Amino acid sequence: MEAATTRNKRLNAKPAKLGRDVQARLGQQLRAMYDDVVNQGVPDRFSDLIERLEGTGKKDPQ
Amino acid sequence: MAMDESVRKAVLGAVPSLRAFAISLCGNVDRADDLVQETLLRALANIDSFQPGTNMSAWLFTILRNHFRSEYRKRRREVEDSDGHHAESLKSQPDQYGHVEFREFREALAQLPSDQREALILVGASGFSYEEAAGICGCAVGTIKSRVNRARTRLAELLHVNSAEDFGPDETTRAVLASGGE
Repeated sequence: MEAATTRNKRLNAKPAKLGRDVQARLGQQLRAMYDDVVNQGVPDRFSDLIERLEGTGKKDPQ
Repeated sequence: MAMDESVRKAVLGAVPSLRAFAISLCGNVDRADDLVQETLLRALANIDSFQPGTNMSAWLFTILRNHFRSEYRKRRREVEDSDGHHAESLKSQPDQYGHVEFREFREALAQLPSDQREALILVGASGFSYEEAAGICGCAVGTIKSRVNRARTRLAELLHVNSAEDFGPDETTRAVLASGGE
């Protein structure tokens, strides 16, 4: 555990620190790509699935 | 199964983000949607183990991530058996996000080690805290932080960016500039 921590610290120390502006731009691109999918909303396939599962549940005798 | 209206809403509300996460994990929309479907089936079958008042989204992400990990390991063995055919079909899925301008970025993202990629997506795009991401990935908060840092550094290297200006013009402009320079 301690060896792993030391190793991680060493690995972390190696890369040059990214500027805030670069980090911000990378973050923007990442979110733009992700939100592209999020903005597609819930495909019918999934709302139908949940409805169907609920339907079968209601039929089940408790 | 009798599902509480608020639970149903929370599950449905998490679907768009679950899909985005799934696509970033497996790089293929159809497989990602199957992964989301399997996640929902598992979640609803085990809805009693969800603790009301805790984060539904984080719970679903954890199920999806664990399911992907076990499936992925299985599929990787299948790939080795079938001469890399499956890996090839995964690679030949261009523009799954539908926008050409993201291509370079997406390719760079796909080159990251999977543990770094998932940490970066969870924190940088899904909007989870480091603590929540650590819970989803089943590791220490410090591990998530270092994975996110390494992911960012590696992305910047792959995209050859040292400063914000390096993001520069879009690909068309760059192509024009490149041909003009010859």
